[in-house]
Amino acid sequence: MDATAHSVAGRDGLAVLDAEEIRRALTRIAHEILERTHGGDEVVLLGIPTRGVPLARRLAARIGEFEGLEVPCGSLDVTMHRDDLRLRPARALGRTDLPPSGVDGKTVVLVDDVLYSGRTVRAALDALTDLGRPRTVQLAVLVDRGHRELPIRADYVGKNLPTSQREVVHVLLTEVDGQDAVMISDEGRPE
Amino acid sequence: MKRHLISAADLSRGDALLILDTAEELASLADRPIKKLPTLRGRTVVNLFFEDSTRTRISFEAAAKRLSADVINFSAKGSSVAKGESLKDTALTLEAMGADAVVIRHSASGAAHRLAGWVRGSVVNAGDGTHEHPTQALLDAFTIRRKLRASGGRGAGLDGIRVTIVGDVLHSRVARSNVLLLSSLGAEVTLAAPPTLLPLAVDTWPCAVSYDLDTELPKSDVVMMLRVQQERMTAAYFPSVREYSRRYGLDAARMARLPEHAIVMHPGPMNRGVEIAAEVADSARSTIVEQVANGVTTRMAVLYLLLGGTEFPEVAS
Repeated sequence: MDATAHSVAGRDGLAVLDAEEIRRALTRIAHEILERTHGGDEVVLLGIPTRGVPLARRLAARIGEFEGLEVPCGSLDVTMHRDDLRLRPARALGRTDLPPSGVDGKTVVLVDDVLYSGRTVRAALDALTDLGRPRTVQLAVLVDRGHRELPIRADYVGKNLPTSQREVVHVLLTEVDGQDAVMISDEGRPE
Repeated sequence: MKRHLISAADLSRGDALLILDTAEELASLADRPIKKLPTLRGRTVVNLFFEDSTRTRISFEAAAKRLSADVINFSAKGSSVAKGESLKDTALTLEAMGADAVVIRHSASGAAHRLAGWVRGSVVNAGDGTHEHPTQALLDAFTIRRKLRASGGRGAGLDGIRVTIVGDVLHSRVARSNVLLLSSLGAEVTLAAPPTLLPLAVDTWPCAVSYDLDTELPKSDVVMMLRVQQERMTAAYFPSVREYSRRYGLDAARMARLPEHAIVMHPGPMNRGVEIAAEVADSARSTIVEQVANGVTTRMAVLYLLLGGTEFPEVAS
Protein backbone atom coordinates (compact mmCIF):
# COMPACT_ATOMS: atom_id res chain seq x y z
CA MET A 1 0.00 0.00 0.00
CA ASP A 2 1.29 3.43 -0.84
CA ALA A 3 -0.93 5.46 1.50
CA THR A 4 1.08 7.45 3.99
CA ALA A 5 0.75 6.84 7.70
CA HIS A 6 -0.72 9.74 9.57
CA SER A 7 -2.49 10.30 12.81
CA VAL A 8 -6.19 11.04 13.20
CA ALA A 9 -7.45 12.23 16.57
CA GLY A 10 -4.08 11.44 18.08
CA ARG A 11 -4.43 7.79 17.08
CA ASP A 12 -1.58 6.35 15.08
CA GLY A 13 -2.45 4.22 12.14
CA LEU A 14 -3.10 4.22 8.45
CA ALA A 15 -6.16 6.09 7.24
CA VAL A 16 -7.76 3.85 4.63
CA LEU A 17 -10.91 5.90 4.07
CA ASP A 18 -11.36 9.60 4.74
CA ALA A 19 -14.63 11.46 5.30
CA GLU A 20 -15.15 12.11 1.59
CA GLU A 21 -14.57 8.47 0.68
CA ILE A 22 -16.96 7.28 3.40
CA ARG A 23 -19.58 9.67 2.03
CA ARG A 24 -19.13 8.32 -1.51
CA ALA A 25 -19.24 4.70 -0.32
CA LEU A 26 -22.51 5.31 1.53
CA THR A 27 -23.98 7.10 -1.48
CA ARG A 28 -23.16 4.10 -3.65
CA ILE A 29 -24.60 1.64 -1.12
CA ALA A 30 -27.80 3.70 -0.92
CA HIS A 31 -28.13 3.49 -4.73
CA GLU A 32 -27.41 -0.23 -4.66
CA ILE A 33 -30.07 -0.82 -2.01
CA LEU A 34 -32.61 1.05 -4.16
CA GLU A 35 -31.59 -0.95 -7.20
CA ARG A 36 -31.61 -4.36 -5.53
CA THR A 37 -34.92 -3.78 -3.75
CA HIS A 38 -36.62 -2.27 -6.82
CA GLY A 39 -37.11 1.20 -5.45
CA GLY A 40 -36.69 0.62 -1.73
CA ASP A 41 -40.29 -0.29 -1.04
CA GLU A 42 -40.81 -2.20 2.22
CA VAL A 43 -37.18 -1.72 3.19
CA VAL A 44 -36.28 -1.39 6.89
CA LEU A 45 -32.74 -0.40 7.85
CA LEU A 46 -31.52 -1.81 11.18
CA GLY A 47 -28.18 -0.62 12.51
CA ILE A 48 -26.17 -2.78 14.91
CA PRO A 49 -24.91 -0.66 17.85
CA THR A 50 -22.70 1.21 18.26
CA ARG A 51 -21.57 2.44 14.86
CA GLY A 52 -24.05 0.58 12.69
CA VAL A 53 -26.82 2.83 14.00
CA PRO A 54 -25.56 6.17 12.64
CA LEU A 55 -24.59 4.41 9.40
CA ALA A 56 -28.17 3.13 9.01
CA ARG A 57 -29.50 6.66 9.65
CA ARG A 58 -27.16 8.10 7.03
CA LEU A 59 -28.25 5.51 4.48
CA ALA A 60 -31.90 6.29 5.23
CA ALA A 61 -31.23 10.00 4.73
CA ARG A 62 -29.46 9.32 1.40
CA ILE A 63 -32.33 7.19 0.14
CA GLY A 64 -34.69 9.95 1.24
CA GLU A 65 -32.71 12.49 -0.81
CA PHE A 66 -32.60 10.35 -3.95
CA GLU A 67 -36.14 9.01 -4.04
CA GLY A 68 -38.09 11.20 -1.60
CA LEU A 69 -38.81 7.98 0.22
CA GLU A 70 -38.94 7.72 3.98
CA VAL A 71 -37.22 4.47 4.88
CA PRO A 72 -37.94 3.21 8.42
CA CYS A 73 -34.75 2.99 10.40
CA GLY A 74 -33.95 1.42 13.77
CA SER A 75 -31.35 -0.34 15.84
CA LEU A 76 -30.85 -3.97 16.78
CA ASP A 77 -28.71 -4.84 19.78
CA VAL A 78 -27.19 -8.31 19.54
CA THR A 79 -25.32 -8.51 22.87
CA MET A 80 -27.70 -11.02 24.46
CA HIS A 81 -27.37 -13.33 21.43
CA ARG A 82 -23.57 -13.35 21.13
CA ASP A 83 -21.66 -16.62 21.34
CA ASP A 84 -18.67 -15.09 23.11
CA LEU A 85 -20.45 -13.69 26.18
CA ARG A 86 -18.61 -15.99 28.53
CA LEU A 87 -15.22 -14.89 27.27
CA ARG A 88 -15.53 -11.43 28.80
CA PRO A 89 -17.24 -9.86 31.83
CA ALA A 90 -20.92 -9.06 31.24
CA ARG A 91 -21.14 -6.00 29.07
CA ALA A 92 -23.59 -3.12 28.91
CA LEU A 93 -26.44 -3.51 26.45
CA GLY A 94 -27.09 -1.37 23.40
CA ARG A 95 -30.52 -0.24 22.33
CA THR A 96 -33.01 -2.20 20.29
CA ASP A 97 -35.43 0.19 18.69
CA LEU A 98 -37.71 -1.11 15.99
CA PRO A 99 -39.62 1.28 13.73
CA PRO A 100 -43.36 1.19 14.52
CA SER A 101 -44.06 -0.65 11.25
CA GLY A 102 -42.11 -3.65 12.59
CA VAL A 103 -40.14 -6.13 10.48
CA ASP A 104 -42.79 -8.69 9.47
CA GLY A 105 -42.82 -9.19 5.71
CA LYS A 106 -40.22 -6.44 5.16
CA THR A 107 -36.85 -6.41 3.47
CA VAL A 108 -34.56 -5.86 6.43
CA VAL A 109 -31.11 -4.49 5.69
CA LEU A 110 -28.76 -4.99 8.64
CA VAL A 111 -26.10 -2.28 8.79
CA ASP A 112 -22.76 -2.56 10.58
CA ASP A 113 -19.41 -0.84 10.38
CA VAL A 114 -16.98 -3.76 9.99
CA LEU A 115 -17.61 -7.33 8.80
CA TYR A 116 -14.97 -9.65 10.24
CA SER A 117 -15.67 -13.11 11.68
CA GLY A 118 -19.38 -12.89 10.87
CA ARG A 119 -20.34 -13.77 14.44
CA THR A 120 -22.04 -10.45 15.12
CA VAL A 121 -24.19 -10.92 12.03
CA ARG A 122 -25.03 -14.47 13.13
CA ALA A 123 -26.16 -13.04 16.48
CA ALA A 124 -28.15 -10.36 14.67
CA LEU A 125 -29.97 -12.95 12.59
CA ASP A 126 -30.95 -14.78 15.78
CA ALA A 127 -32.05 -11.57 17.46
CA LEU A 128 -34.13 -10.69 14.42
CA THR A 129 -35.90 -14.06 14.46
CA ASP A 130 -37.26 -13.26 17.92
CA LEU A 131 -38.62 -9.92 16.74
CA GLY A 132 -40.56 -11.02 13.70
CA ARG A 133 -40.36 -12.66 10.30
CA PRO A 134 -38.85 -10.44 7.60
CA ARG A 135 -39.36 -11.44 3.98
CA THR A 136 -35.64 -11.08 3.24
CA VAL A 137 -32.61 -10.07 5.26
CA GLN A 138 -29.66 -8.35 3.65
CA LEU A 139 -26.39 -7.03 5.03
CA ALA A 140 -24.64 -3.72 4.40
CA VAL A 141 -21.19 -2.98 5.85
CA LEU A 142 -18.83 -0.08 5.48
CA VAL A 143 -15.72 -2.28 5.58
CA ASP A 144 -15.30 -5.98 4.86
CA ARG A 145 -11.96 -7.01 6.28
CA GLY A 146 -12.18 -10.76 5.56
CA HIS A 147 -11.33 -13.66 7.90
CA ARG A 148 -14.86 -15.05 8.05
CA GLU A 149 -15.52 -17.84 10.55
CA LEU A 150 -19.09 -18.48 9.43
CA PRO A 151 -20.80 -18.84 6.04
CA ILE A 152 -21.92 -15.20 5.91
CA ARG A 153 -21.34 -12.55 3.26
CA ALA A 154 -22.39 -8.94 2.81
CA ASP A 155 -24.82 -7.77 0.10
CA TYR A 156 -23.46 -4.23 0.10
CA VAL A 157 -19.83 -3.38 0.88
CA GLY A 158 -18.32 0.09 1.21
CA LYS A 159 -14.75 -1.12 0.89
CA ASN A 160 -13.09 -4.51 0.79
CA LEU A 161 -10.05 -4.22 2.99
CA PRO A 162 -7.51 -7.03 2.99
CA THR A 163 -6.06 -7.25 6.50
CA SER A 164 -4.02 -9.55 8.61
CA GLN A 165 -5.68 -10.87 11.76
CA ARG A 166 -3.10 -9.08 13.85
CA GLU A 167 -4.33 -5.72 12.58
CA VAL A 168 -7.24 -3.75 14.00
CA VAL A 169 -9.71 -1.72 11.94
CA HIS A 170 -11.27 1.33 13.58
CA VAL A 171 -14.25 3.02 12.02
CA LEU A 172 -14.68 6.56 13.35
CA LEU A 173 -17.98 8.35 12.77
CA THR A 174 -18.86 11.95 13.50
CA GLU A 175 -21.95 10.97 15.54
CA VAL A 176 -19.87 8.83 17.92
CA ASP A 177 -16.24 9.86 17.55
CA GLY A 178 -16.46 13.45 16.36
CA GLN A 179 -15.05 12.73 12.89
CA ASP A 180 -15.30 10.36 9.93
CA ALA A 181 -12.41 8.01 9.08
CA VAL A 182 -11.48 4.37 8.75
CA MET A 183 -8.12 3.54 10.28
CA ILE A 184 -6.03 0.43 10.33
CA SER A 185 -3.39 -0.16 12.97
CA ASP A 186 -1.46 -2.81 14.81
CA GLU A 187 -2.88 -2.37 18.30
CA GLY A 188 -6.40 -2.52 19.67
CA ARG A 189 -8.83 0.26 20.43
CA PRO A 190 -8.32 1.30 24.05
CA GLU A 191 -11.48 0.22 25.89
CA MET B 1 -19.68 -5.48 39.97
CA LYS B 2 -19.02 -7.91 42.75
CA ARG B 3 -19.78 -11.58 42.36
CA HIS B 4 -22.65 -11.63 44.87
CA LEU B 5 -25.47 -9.22 45.54
CA ILE B 6 -25.89 -9.32 49.31
CA SER B 7 -26.34 -5.69 50.23
CA ALA B 8 -27.25 -2.51 48.42
CA ALA B 9 -24.04 -1.15 49.91
CA ASP B 10 -22.09 -3.54 47.63
CA LEU B 11 -23.19 -1.44 44.67
CA SER B 12 -21.28 1.67 43.69
CA ARG B 13 -23.19 4.42 41.91
CA GLY B 14 -21.68 3.12 38.66
CA ASP B 15 -22.80 -0.47 39.35
CA ALA B 16 -26.30 0.68 40.21
CA LEU B 17 -26.56 2.78 37.06
CA LEU B 18 -25.31 -0.13 34.96
CA ILE B 19 -28.07 -2.33 36.41
CA LEU B 20 -30.75 0.33 35.85
CA ASP B 21 -29.61 1.04 32.29
CA THR B 22 -29.49 -2.67 31.50
CA ALA B 23 -33.00 -3.03 32.91
CA GLU B 24 -34.13 -0.12 30.76
CA GLU B 25 -32.94 -1.94 27.62
CA LEU B 26 -34.55 -5.18 28.78
CA ALA B 27 -37.89 -3.49 29.50
CA SER B 28 -38.84 -3.49 25.82
CA LEU B 29 -38.77 -7.30 25.88
CA ALA B 30 -42.17 -7.29 27.58
CA ASP B 31 -43.75 -5.80 24.44
CA ARG B 32 -42.25 -8.33 22.04
CA PRO B 33 -43.94 -11.42 20.66
CA ILE B 34 -41.17 -13.66 22.04
CA LYS B 35 -40.35 -12.61 25.60
CA LYS B 36 -37.20 -14.64 25.87
CA LEU B 37 -33.47 -14.23 25.34
CA PRO B 38 -30.99 -17.10 24.97
CA THR B 39 -28.31 -15.47 27.12
CA LEU B 40 -28.24 -17.77 30.17
CA ARG B 41 -28.89 -21.03 28.33
CA GLY B 42 -27.36 -23.89 30.26
CA ARG B 43 -27.03 -21.95 33.50
CA THR B 44 -28.89 -23.01 36.60
CA VAL B 45 -30.53 -20.62 39.04
CA VAL B 46 -31.77 -22.00 42.34
CA ASN B 47 -34.53 -20.17 44.19
CA LEU B 48 -33.90 -21.04 47.81
CA PHE B 49 -36.86 -19.74 49.81
CA PHE B 50 -36.96 -20.38 53.53
CA GLU B 51 -39.64 -17.77 54.03
CA ASP B 52 -43.00 -17.27 52.38
CA SER B 53 -43.00 -15.09 49.33
CA THR B 54 -45.12 -14.79 46.24
CA ARG B 55 -43.97 -11.85 44.23
CA THR B 56 -40.24 -12.08 44.83
CA ARG B 57 -39.99 -15.78 44.06
CA ILE B 58 -42.20 -15.57 40.98
CA SER B 59 -40.36 -12.47 39.87
CA PHE B 60 -36.95 -14.16 40.09
CA GLU B 61 -38.34 -17.25 38.40
CA ALA B 62 -39.77 -15.24 35.52
CA ALA B 63 -36.55 -13.24 35.20
CA ALA B 64 -34.37 -16.36 35.04
CA LYS B 65 -36.70 -18.08 32.58
CA ARG B 66 -36.82 -15.09 30.26
CA LEU B 67 -33.04 -15.35 30.07
CA SER B 68 -33.35 -19.10 29.31
CA ALA B 69 -31.72 -20.26 32.55
CA ASP B 70 -32.89 -23.46 34.19
CA VAL B 71 -34.73 -22.72 37.42
CA ILE B 72 -34.94 -24.98 40.43
CA ASN B 73 -37.40 -23.86 43.08
CA PHE B 74 -36.73 -24.89 46.61
CA SER B 75 -38.99 -23.98 49.47
CA ALA B 76 -38.36 -24.97 53.04
CA LYS B 77 -41.80 -26.49 53.44
CA GLY B 78 -41.78 -30.09 52.27
CA SER B 79 -37.96 -30.24 52.01
CA SER B 80 -35.24 -31.72 54.18
CA VAL B 81 -35.17 -28.43 56.08
CA ALA B 82 -38.41 -29.53 57.68
CA LYS B 83 -36.43 -32.58 58.88
CA GLY B 84 -33.82 -30.31 60.47
CA GLU B 85 -31.19 -29.93 57.75
CA SER B 86 -28.89 -26.98 58.34
CA LEU B 87 -28.38 -24.13 55.88
CA LYS B 88 -24.83 -25.28 55.29
CA ASP B 89 -25.84 -28.81 54.36
CA THR B 90 -28.51 -27.45 52.05
CA ALA B 91 -25.86 -25.21 50.48
CA LEU B 92 -23.52 -28.15 49.92
CA THR B 93 -26.34 -30.07 48.25
CA LEU B 94 -26.95 -27.17 45.88
CA GLU B 95 -23.25 -26.92 45.23
CA ALA B 96 -23.14 -30.58 44.24
CA MET B 97 -26.00 -29.96 41.82
CA GLY B 98 -24.00 -27.22 40.12
CA ALA B 99 -26.02 -24.10 40.79
CA ASP B 100 -24.58 -21.06 38.99
CA ALA B 101 -26.62 -18.69 41.12
CA VAL B 102 -28.57 -19.06 44.33
CA VAL B 103 -31.35 -16.65 45.13
CA ILE B 104 -31.97 -16.85 48.85
CA ARG B 105 -34.77 -15.61 51.09
CA HIS B 106 -34.31 -16.38 54.77
CA SER B 107 -35.73 -15.20 58.06
CA ALA B 108 -32.27 -14.76 59.59
CA SER B 109 -30.34 -11.56 58.91
CA GLY B 110 -26.98 -12.47 57.41
CA ALA B 111 -28.10 -15.79 55.89
CA ALA B 112 -27.18 -14.69 52.36
CA HIS B 113 -23.75 -13.57 53.55
CA ARG B 114 -23.11 -16.95 55.21
CA LEU B 115 -24.27 -18.79 52.12
CA ALA B 116 -21.87 -16.82 49.93
CA GLY B 117 -18.99 -18.37 51.85
CA TRP B 118 -20.17 -21.90 51.09
CA VAL B 119 -21.09 -21.95 47.42
CA ARG B 120 -19.12 -21.31 44.26
CA GLY B 121 -21.93 -19.62 42.32
CA SER B 122 -23.26 -16.09 42.76
CA VAL B 123 -25.53 -15.45 45.71
CA VAL B 124 -28.40 -12.99 45.34
CA ASN B 125 -30.05 -11.84 48.54
CA ALA B 126 -33.82 -11.88 48.11
CA GLY B 127 -34.42 -10.73 51.67
CA ASP B 128 -32.64 -11.81 54.85
CA GLY B 129 -34.53 -11.20 58.07
CA THR B 130 -34.70 -7.51 58.87
CA HIS B 131 -31.40 -6.81 57.10
CA GLU B 132 -31.57 -6.20 53.34
CA HIS B 133 -33.48 -6.78 50.13
CA PRO B 134 -31.27 -5.19 47.47
CA THR B 135 -33.23 -6.18 44.35
CA GLN B 136 -36.35 -4.54 45.81
CA ALA B 137 -34.35 -1.33 46.22
CA LEU B 138 -33.13 -1.63 42.63
CA LEU B 139 -36.62 -2.07 41.24
CA ASP B 140 -37.81 0.86 43.35
CA ALA B 141 -34.99 3.05 42.04
CA PHE B 142 -35.82 1.90 38.51
CA THR B 143 -39.50 2.76 39.01
CA ILE B 144 -38.66 6.20 40.43
CA ARG B 145 -36.31 6.96 37.56
CA ARG B 146 -38.81 5.89 34.91
CA LYS B 147 -41.59 7.93 36.53
CA LEU B 148 -39.74 11.12 37.39
CA ARG B 149 -37.00 11.42 34.78
CA ALA B 150 -37.70 12.33 31.16
CA SER B 151 -37.63 9.47 28.62
CA GLY B 152 -36.77 6.75 31.11
CA GLY B 153 -33.68 8.57 32.35
CA ARG B 154 -31.01 6.38 30.70
CA GLY B 155 -27.68 7.03 32.38
CA ALA B 156 -29.18 9.44 34.93
CA GLY B 157 -29.07 9.10 38.71
CA LEU B 158 -31.74 10.22 41.14
CA ASP B 159 -29.96 13.41 42.14
CA GLY B 160 -32.17 15.84 44.02
CA ILE B 161 -35.23 13.58 44.15
CA ARG B 162 -36.76 13.63 47.62
CA VAL B 163 -37.95 10.26 48.87
CA THR B 164 -39.87 9.79 52.12
CA ILE B 165 -39.97 6.24 53.47
CA VAL B 166 -42.81 5.82 55.94
CA GLY B 167 -43.62 3.35 58.68
CA ASP B 168 -42.08 0.21 60.10
CA VAL B 169 -38.42 0.92 59.35
CA LEU B 170 -37.28 -1.20 62.28
CA HIS B 171 -38.40 -4.50 60.75
CA SER B 172 -37.92 -3.49 57.15
CA ARG B 173 -35.15 -4.85 54.97
CA VAL B 174 -36.68 -2.87 52.12
CA ALA B 175 -36.11 0.41 53.97
CA ARG B 176 -32.46 -0.30 54.73
CA SER B 177 -31.63 -1.34 51.16
CA ASN B 178 -33.51 1.63 49.76
CA VAL B 179 -31.78 4.15 52.02
CA LEU B 180 -28.38 2.80 50.98
CA LEU B 181 -29.12 2.53 47.27
CA LEU B 182 -31.18 5.68 46.79
CA SER B 183 -28.65 7.80 48.64
CA SER B 184 -25.76 6.47 46.56
CA LEU B 185 -27.83 7.36 43.47
CA GLY B 186 -28.09 10.93 44.80
CA ALA B 187 -31.64 10.98 46.19
CA GLU B 188 -32.42 12.75 49.47
CA VAL B 189 -34.05 10.18 51.70
CA THR B 190 -36.14 10.93 54.80
CA LEU B 191 -37.51 8.28 57.13
CA ALA B 192 -40.85 9.15 58.70
CA ALA B 193 -41.83 6.81 61.50
CA PRO B 194 -42.75 6.64 65.16
CA PRO B 195 -39.58 6.55 67.32
CA THR B 196 -40.39 3.00 68.41
CA LEU B 197 -40.21 1.77 64.81
CA LEU B 198 -36.80 3.25 64.02
CA PRO B 199 -33.62 1.21 64.52
CA LEU B 200 -31.19 2.34 67.21
CA ALA B 201 -28.34 3.29 64.90
CA VAL B 202 -30.51 5.17 62.43
CA ASP B 203 -28.42 8.33 62.97
CA THR B 204 -25.54 6.59 61.17
CA TRP B 205 -27.68 5.99 58.05
CA PRO B 206 -27.27 8.35 55.09
CA CYS B 207 -30.74 9.89 55.53
CA ALA B 208 -32.82 12.31 57.58
CA VAL B 209 -35.36 11.24 60.20
CA SER B 210 -38.73 12.75 61.04
CA TYR B 211 -41.51 11.77 63.42
CA ASP B 212 -44.11 13.83 61.61
CA LEU B 213 -45.36 12.57 58.27
CA ASP B 214 -47.55 15.59 57.56
CA THR B 215 -44.65 18.06 57.41
CA GLU B 216 -42.73 15.79 55.05
CA LEU B 217 -45.48 15.21 52.49
CA PRO B 218 -45.53 18.61 50.72
CA LYS B 219 -41.79 18.36 49.97
CA SER B 220 -41.73 14.73 48.80
CA ASP B 221 -41.38 13.59 45.18
CA VAL B 222 -41.83 9.98 46.25
CA VAL B 223 -43.62 8.47 49.25
CA MET B 224 -42.77 4.89 49.96
CA MET B 225 -45.12 3.19 52.39
CA LEU B 226 -43.79 0.20 54.35
CA ARG B 227 -45.83 -2.72 55.52
CA VAL B 228 -46.43 -2.95 59.25
CA GLN B 229 -44.75 -6.30 59.85
CA GLN B 230 -46.90 -7.70 62.61
CA GLU B 231 -45.38 -11.17 62.22
CA ARG B 232 -41.96 -9.81 63.27
CA MET B 233 -43.27 -7.71 66.16
CA THR B 234 -42.53 -9.16 69.56
CA ALA B 235 -43.59 -6.13 71.60
CA ALA B 236 -46.12 -3.33 71.46
CA TYR B 237 -44.59 -0.70 69.18
CA PHE B 238 -47.68 1.50 69.00
CA PRO B 239 -50.84 1.77 71.11
CA SER B 240 -53.25 0.53 68.45
CA VAL B 241 -53.43 -0.13 64.75
CA ARG B 242 -56.03 2.61 64.52
CA GLU B 243 -53.74 5.17 66.08
CA TYR B 244 -50.83 4.12 63.87
CA SER B 245 -53.04 4.47 60.84
CA ARG B 246 -54.21 7.94 61.96
CA ARG B 247 -50.67 9.26 62.30
CA TYR B 248 -48.67 7.35 59.68
CA GLY B 249 -51.21 5.84 57.31
CA LEU B 250 -51.55 7.35 53.84
CA ASP B 251 -55.17 8.21 53.10
CA ALA B 252 -56.73 10.39 50.43
CA ALA B 253 -56.50 13.54 52.57
CA ARG B 254 -52.77 13.06 53.11
CA MET B 255 -52.19 12.16 49.47
CA ALA B 256 -53.76 15.51 48.51
CA ARG B 257 -50.91 17.29 50.30
CA LEU B 258 -48.32 15.78 47.99
CA PRO B 259 -46.96 17.81 45.07
CA GLU B 260 -48.73 17.29 41.73
CA HIS B 261 -46.03 15.02 40.26
CA ALA B 262 -45.36 12.88 43.35
CA ILE B 263 -45.79 9.12 43.26
CA VAL B 264 -46.85 6.62 45.93
CA MET B 265 -44.96 3.34 46.27
CA HIS B 266 -45.40 0.21 48.34
CA PRO B 267 -43.21 -2.91 48.17
CA GLY B 268 -46.18 -5.20 48.88
CA PRO B 269 -47.89 -7.10 50.30
CA MET B 270 -50.14 -4.26 51.48
CA ASN B 271 -52.22 -4.03 54.63
CA ARG B 272 -55.03 -1.99 53.11
CA GLY B 273 -56.52 0.29 55.73
CA VAL B 274 -53.43 0.17 57.96
CA GLU B 275 -50.46 1.88 56.29
CA ILE B 276 -52.25 2.69 53.05
CA ALA B 277 -55.90 3.37 52.30
CA ALA B 278 -57.50 1.37 49.51
CA GLU B 279 -58.37 4.50 47.54
CA VAL B 280 -54.68 5.55 47.61
CA ALA B 281 -53.43 2.10 46.64
CA ASP B 282 -55.76 2.06 43.65
CA SER B 283 -55.18 5.68 42.61
CA ALA B 284 -53.36 6.79 39.48
CA ARG B 285 -50.41 7.96 41.58
CA SER B 286 -49.75 4.54 42.97
CA THR B 287 -46.98 2.62 41.19
CA ILE B 288 -47.60 -0.63 43.04
CA VAL B 289 -48.50 -2.73 40.00
CA GLU B 290 -45.75 -1.13 37.95
CA GLN B 291 -43.23 -2.03 40.67
CA VAL B 292 -44.11 -5.69 40.21
CA ALA B 293 -43.57 -5.53 36.43
CA ASN B 294 -40.34 -3.60 36.91
CA GLY B 295 -39.22 -6.26 39.39
CA VAL B 296 -38.91 -8.87 36.65
CA THR B 297 -36.98 -6.51 34.39
CA THR B 298 -34.60 -5.39 37.14
CA ARG B 299 -33.93 -8.95 38.30
CA MET B 300 -33.19 -9.96 34.70
CA ALA B 301 -30.60 -7.20 34.61
CA VAL B 302 -29.04 -8.44 37.87
CA LEU B 303 -28.94 -12.08 36.74
CA TYR B 304 -27.52 -11.10 33.36
CA LEU B 305 -24.77 -8.96 34.88
CA LEU B 306 -23.84 -11.62 37.46
CA LEU B 307 -24.05 -14.66 35.18
CA GLY B 308 -23.88 -13.39 31.61
CA GLY B 309 -20.14 -12.87 31.36
CA THR B 310 -17.00 -14.74 32.30
CA GLU B 311 -17.14 -16.65 35.49
CA PHE B 312 -15.70 -14.69 38.34
CA PRO B 313 -12.21 -15.73 39.42
CA GLU B 314 -12.16 -18.07 42.43
CA VAL B 315 -10.88 -15.44 44.83
CA ALA B 316 -13.42 -12.74 43.99
CA SER B 317 -14.51 -10.05 46.46
